[in-house]
Amino acid sequence: MSPDLLKLIFGRLGFESLPLHEPIVVGTFVVVALGGAALLGGLTYFRLWGYLWREWFTTVDHKRIGIMYMILGIVMLLRGFADALMMRGQQMLAFGGSEGYLNAHHYDQVFTAHGVIMIFFVAMPLVTGLMNYVVPLQIGARDVSFPFLNNFSFWMTVGGAVLVMASLFIGEFARTGWLAYPPLSNIGYSPDVGVDYYIWALQVAGVGTTLSGINLICTIVKLRCPGMTMMKMPVFTWTSLCTNVLIVASFPVLTVVLALLSLDRYVGTNFFTNDFGGSPMMYVNLIWIWGHPEVYILVLPAFGIFSEVTSTFSGKRLFGYTSMVYATVVITILSYLVWLHHFFTMGSGASVNSFFGITTMIISIPTGAKMFNWLFTMYRGRIRYELPMMWTIAFMLTFVIGGMTGVLLAVPPADFVLHNSLFLIAHFHNVIIGGVVFGAFAGINYWFPKAFGFKLDPFWGKMSFWFWVTGFYLAFMPLYVLGLMGVTRRLRVFDDPSLQIWFVIAAIGALFVFIGILSMLMQFAVSLLKREQLKDVTGDPWDARTLEWATSSPPPDYNFAFTPVVHDNDAWWDMKKRGYQRPLTGFKPIHMPASTGTGIILAGFATAMGFGLIWYMWWLAAVSFVAMLAVGIGHTFNYHRDFDIPAEDVIRTEDARTKLLAGAK
Amino acid sequence: MTVSVNPSQTGEPLFYLADEHPHPEGYSTSLGFWIYLMSDCLIFAILFATFGVLGGNYAAGPAPKDLFDLNLVAVNTSMLLLSSITYGFAMLTMQQNKIAQTQMWLAITGLFGAAFIGIELTEFAHMIHEGATPQRSAFLSAFFTLVGTHGLHVTCGLIWLVTLMVQVQKFGLIEANRRRLMCLSMFWHFLDVVWIGVFTFVYLLGVLR
Repeated sequence: MSPDLLKLIFGRLGFESLPLHEPIVVGTFVVVALGGAALLGGLTYFRLWGYLWREWFTTVDHKRIGIMYMILGIVMLLRGFADALMMRGQQMLAFGGSEGYLNAHHYDQVFTAHGVIMIFFVAMPLVTGLMNYVVPLQIGARDVSFPFLNNFSFWMTVGGAVLVMASLFIGEFARTGWLAYPPLSNIGYSPDVGVDYYIWALQVAGVGTTLSGINLICTIVKLRCPGMTMMKMPVFTWTSLCTNVLIVASFPVLTVVLALLSLDRYVGTNFFTNDFGGSPMMYVNLIWIWGHPEVYILVLPAFGIFSEVTSTFSGKRLFGYTSMVYATVVITILSYLVWLHHFFTMGSGASVNSFFGITTMIISIPTGAKMFNWLFTMYRGRIRYELPMMWTIAFMLTFVIGGMTGVLLAVPPADFVLHNSLFLIAHFHNVIIGGVVFGAFAGINYWFPKAFGFKLDPFWGKMSFWFWVTGFYLAFMPLYVLGLMGVTRRLRVFDDPSLQIWFVIAAIGALFVFIGILSMLMQFAVSLLKREQLKDVTGDPWDARTLEWATSSPPPDYNFAFTPVVHDNDAWWDMKKRGYQRPLTGFKPIHMPASTGTGIILAGFATAMGFGLIWYMWWLAAVSFVAMLAVGIGHTFNYHRDFDIPAEDVIRTEDARTKLLAGAK
Repeated sequence: MTVSVNPSQTGEPLFYLADEHPHPEGYSTSLGFWIYLMSDCLIFAILFATFGVLGGNYAAGPAPKDLFDLNLVAVNTSMLLLSSITYGFAMLTMQQNKIAQTQMWLAITGLFGAAFIGIELTEFAHMIHEGATPQRSAFLSAFFTLVGTHGLHVTCGLIWLVTLMVQVQKFGLIEANRRRLMCLSMFWHFLDVVWIGVFTFVYLLGVLR
């Protein structure tokens, strides 16, 4: 074929785009390809495709979508953590003239991919997954406000993840750091596909995130069961509401700033260029106007999880519910007034820096109020040290340290010294791991029995806990030390041999975390095998307080046979205390949304369009775009998206539960 | 802690609804659509902010004074404002269940919208022809992106309008279609409001600057 035709079909994609000269990538590819082939073969052999398509891929059930988000998050955690291990290994070895084992081209991609994956495709899916699963149950609803949109949002997130994963084997990923600051990320300095992968992965996933934010706000505002006033909502629902408000109010900013960067790269505009009037600092400002709320998007739901867990496992009502709610709302608002603290060194002057330094410090007040609320909830409580509670206590200790180093960084003069250093790296891992990751693990251990009907194995859970927690301290305390000594982030090789010991300790810490992650996978496997022993038939294994524990585990498709009526903050606790009798008769048909394949198809075309744009395969982008439009419009011609679960099915499900409950007594 | 009790007739607290009515179809739609519009508004807010910051960076290239033809923009603005009025008429006739008239007003709205897009494209073509391309300066990048994003929204609105006209023709003014017309109405008026911002801040203030 002529080169022109090839170029028309494949754009800039060619054999030389495949990273065949990188033995590490080739090795990874072989492992992933074999594993993938085994998985696909297994699914085909056991004829599971039809089941997966009908029951999972096309489902609009918020519970299943929530579980799929969690699976996505955990799978991507493995990828993101592999990147972390590679960095720790490289920095441990690259001393005394050694170049380590990663060349600069590869290393720069690794640290960029690590950040992008951990934030967008690990933390976000884990948080969104938990919200998706738990919120409708906590408010006594049957599903979210827009069930089809929920399915679509999930698959868009997957589409973004697919693009990031594709960049590992087809072409390369960005070498710019996780926020892709121009002018480095502009076409002049990053002419290849890396930044384009970055842009389109985040744009595709970002659409999903924004829509899921709108969806959950509507769900919480409109679908609460009778009696649940705003100030009777469980704290996790409150933090979810605030998080989704933050999502809707910040992700459009990311969309715009990435779109402007794309215009610079594809069309040659001058938003963030060095010449023709462009301003790279405009990008930095805009992306942090999204970026700072983003960290609260992640951590607020974690705060909600800790609130639920603390009160359940202390056997007490949450201390200071009202102050907890107001603290959450205040954090939500303040999170928009601090973005400039990410670049005090921009040179905006003392007044501007003081303003942002002070607002940043003010955030520690509502956060501190929360900390005291949890402590006072535990005070004189009958604390049960189950896994969710252990993660919560580890969080409280760890997060306070991270918070204090954060306040330190909020002081502009101190920040001028510590900016871009490993101290900063240690700080944000301290709050993200200590807050979001520990929170997600507390949530997984807490709600797993709700989702699957059996508890997680405590032995492997504790293994995972201790390795994670000690691993975290080993891995990141040395980075504080190094940062204070002036070591900057993202370095590949080092000259000063006296620094090496700290990197060795950090690498050992990373290995500990690795064992922690393996233990967690082991925990899932062992629990699955021992599910009969770990079984919970009551639906309320922790003697918990909120509405999701009122229904069976796993809950039926319709969540509640009758819509609950709430009289108290701790609705289920109140029901238990006042002798609530589960209704056994009078079941009626239940109106539910029907499954649809439109979401996954639309997201598939969106991903293909992204791929086409990345590789300049314009025909692919155009065809996918038109297809997306056609499928989307076609979907609006379907007016019958609901069905009724017949009363007989409800009776059968509820009778089965009655038998189970009788057996439990 | 006080516990409020809602006793049912028997005096027992009521913990579930024995007789429940599912939420009507589209129960959350108007709230959801409002929130979507506000997120879209944020997109424009950022584009306005970008224009505000970069709009004076001409890079020794053409400035608003050299480029903008306020007469043309006035005509264009009136196209969009008229289309908002005619959409209002469409909603009024929809309330009276008059399909033919609703369709007529929708069609007129669409024509005004298309005229707006046509004039905007002419303006763009003229500017590009004179060398005022989006690549020329940060001011022009910000200008074309802000105004172009608005134009893109109007184009999407037109596609949506045509789709809805087909659906009204096919299924009549059923509840679902009324709801959709209502959403498009909010979208259309929203674009009108944004355009007033564009007209004021980009064109009028640009020429004054």
